[in-house]
Amino acid sequence: MKELTDQEHMLLAKAVDGELTQKESIDLQKLLAAHPELQNELASMKSLKETTMSMKFKQLPEETWDRYWAGVYARMERGFAWLLVSIGGAILLAFGAYNAAISFMHDESIPFLIKLAIGVVALGTAILFISVLREKWFVHKSDKYREVIR
Amino acid sequence: MQNDEQEAEWIRRCREGDKEAFGFLVKKYMKQAYYAALGFVGSHEDALDASQEAFVKAFRAIGTFESGRRFYTWYYQILRNHCLNMLRRRNGATLSLSSIVGETDELQSNEPHAEAQMQLNETRKSVWEALWRLSPEDRSLIVARDMLDTPYATLAELMECPIGTVMSRLYHARKRLRTQLERAS
Repeated sequence: MKELTDQEHMLLAKAVDGELTQKESIDLQKLLAAHPELQNELASMKSLKETTMSMKFKQLPEETWDRYWAGVYARMERGFAWLLVSIGGAILLAFGAYNAAISFMHDESIPFLIKLAIGVVALGTAILFISVLREKWFVHKSDKYREVIR
Repeated sequence: MQNDEQEAEWIRRCREGDKEAFGFLVKKYMKQAYYAALGFVGSHEDALDASQEAFVKAFRAIGTFESGRRFYTWYYQILRNHCLNMLRRRNGATLSLSSIVGETDELQSNEPHAEAQMQLNETRKSVWEALWRLSPEDRSLIVARDMLDTPYATLAELMECPIGTVMSRLYHARKRLRTQLERAS
């Protein structure tokens, strides 16, 4: 079958939807005369469209719509609650980690070399963590395709 | 007050954190939003979840809304991305026919032409299933145009492309749907 141009696709789409103007109807007749194989394609597309047009989604009961806004509102509230929980959790974690580090450093039963080694490992881990976070943040800020589904 | 002016006023109030004003916007567009989401995700629960979650995202991002745009056009981009992400996480849409199919599709064997009705229902069932084997973009376009009766001009606005492109995409989407049906049969 001949490769159709965008204009011809538009013409066929409009024909399927019954939206042709008088001039477009004439253009379509010319196209169909030049490419009779399109007659079948057009007929099957129209028949398919008749079927899809007769398919309807279920109408939801009014109560669903009455409750809809309440559902959105609850989600908005929950979002704020999660933010508070996260902030509080982060503060508690940081405080706990700080206290654990202080008591570890003041524990005289642990040799100095072990304290130094653990301190260096902790510092390295913190630097790695911050570096990865920073990289992710810059990529997120500058990636203009971040909304595009890959 | 004109509709557009009222909408602009609601958006201005939303920017100041007025949730009641946002409620007016939600109530105005919730049905459109739900059925648009249904075209992407294929089940009642997911469509309800996606459309509501997209409203929450819209409220949080209302500061980035450019005045002069229509709210629903902007919201639709958020909804579309949310639905596509949801489908990507789940590896595709789960079609739940019983939760989304309307009464005209239900079997009515007590009608005088019960056999013809049964055959029509079988055809529709095949088309529903074929629709859910298409890409979400193709499916949502066919659903919006044929089942929700959305005009070309509105589709062009939602898809942010010229009307000619919408027509061309729709033609290709319908062709792919026909191919899916032929394969299934």
